Amino acid sequence: MNKVVDNADEAIKDIQDNATLMLGGFGLCGIPENCITALVKKGVKGLTCISNNAGVDDFGIGLMLQTRQVKKMISSYVGENAEFERQLLSGELEVELIPQGTLATRCMASGYGMPAIYTPAGVGTEVAIGKEVRNFNGKDYLMEYAFDADFAIVKAWKGDPHGNLIYRETARNFNPMMAMAGKITIAEVEELVPAGDLDPDQIHTPGIYVHRIFKGVNYEKRIEQRTVRKS
Amino acid sequence: MLDKTGIAKRIAKEVKRGYYVNLGIGIPTLVANYIPQGFDVVLQSENGLLGMGPFPFDGEEDADLINAGKQTITTLPGSSFFDSAMSFGMIRSCKVDLTILGAMEVSDNGDIANWKIPGKMVKGMGGAMDLVASAKNIIVAMQHVNKAGESKLLPKCSLPLTGVGCVKKIVTELAVLDVTQQGFKLLERAPGISVEQIKNATLGRLIIEGDIPEMHLD
Repeated sequence: MNKVVDNADEAIKDIQDNATLMLGGFGLCGIPENCITALVKKGVKGLTCISNNAGVDDFGIGLMLQTRQVKKMISSYVGENAEFERQLLSGELEVELIPQGTLATRCMASGYGMPAIYTPAGVGTEVAIGKEVRNFNGKDYLMEYAFDADFAIVKAWKGDPHGNLIYRETARNFNPMMAMAGKITIAEVEELVPAGDLDPDQIHTPGIYVHRIFKGVNYEKRIEQRTVRKS
Repeated sequence: MLDKTGIAKRIAKEVKRGYYVNLGIGIPTLVANYIPQGFDVVLQSENGLLGMGPFPFDGEEDADLINAGKQTITTLPGSSFFDSAMSFGMIRSCKVDLTILGAMEVSDNGDIANWKIPGKMVKGMGGAMDLVASAKNIIVAMQHVNKAGESKLLPKCSLPLTGVGCVKKIVTELAVLDVTQQGFKLLERAPGISVEQIKNATLGRLIIEGDIPEMHLD
């Protein structure tokens, strides 16, 4: 198998207006920087983005908010992003906030071929409004549907032409389950190695889930909260 | 009266040997500083890490290694990384022994509100709803009263809920209280605080049985 494409522009070239995208990452950690830059350049609009966070004003998904390409965000926490707040309050941007574990598990369900999950998160809160509640063993659970995304865009540390992926540290986060969930999954990696170089025992995402892979360039890997201790 | 450090120190006494613990943002994060050395406690960070260590030394920050508050951190020997689904899997299946988090309001039946204030910009619940819906043991670190002097320990939460009937214990600047079926049960007073002061600051049902001892921090 050779799923390698030249770069981010080629990888995202068939993403059209009004597409639903999953974007991996937690905060600015493990986000697909190259594809976000390419999406801004391509200028596709009306996007629905499923991503735990929405970046910051000048980085990550925040860049796509600046250019008004996002119609709807589906996230668990949208953090400190002034442009996001402005668009939300003015009604330009729609936001659906859902619990973080529910977000992860709705992606997972999609990749596992399951239509829905039951979770206790949100029972008795406004998150439960309009949802089926079912009692198992004396405890209430909400039924939450698997996500349906046109494209999943993920970032990994290492990958090979088959699309096998290995993530690094907490940059793994949502990437593996989003990789499993896209109708088309695009992976950008820091290191693209020949088939056989990755130890099959260490693969986090088997290549069957990945449709396109490319070696990313110029990773900034910005730190959101730099915290240090005294020597 | 306790300051934030005092609240964190008192909560640290609730952490037992061999516990897996999830610490929320704010005062709960400080609790890590007061868990005794060699206590064999493992901290879970819900973005995908067991075995969270202290902040890195200057120059050793790693952009790929952060906690749920997006702060740069380190790992300790024996740590492991995993994805977000597994992270909430271990939370949902009650493998995490103790969850410590902040709150805006708690009601006397253990409901908690800590994610949304109507009319203000809503940032989201993050992992809080998952944590409170599943944790075996939830301790809340909070101020007893708000800036206007109004009680945050209520008969019923006025703010949108994060979870229902889930809080087990509360540590405030004034007191330590258990949440029982009959209401808030006063267990300890903060140094220099009278039972009367705690009564005046608590709007929910308050149970006071016998002499209430002053808490020990060390």
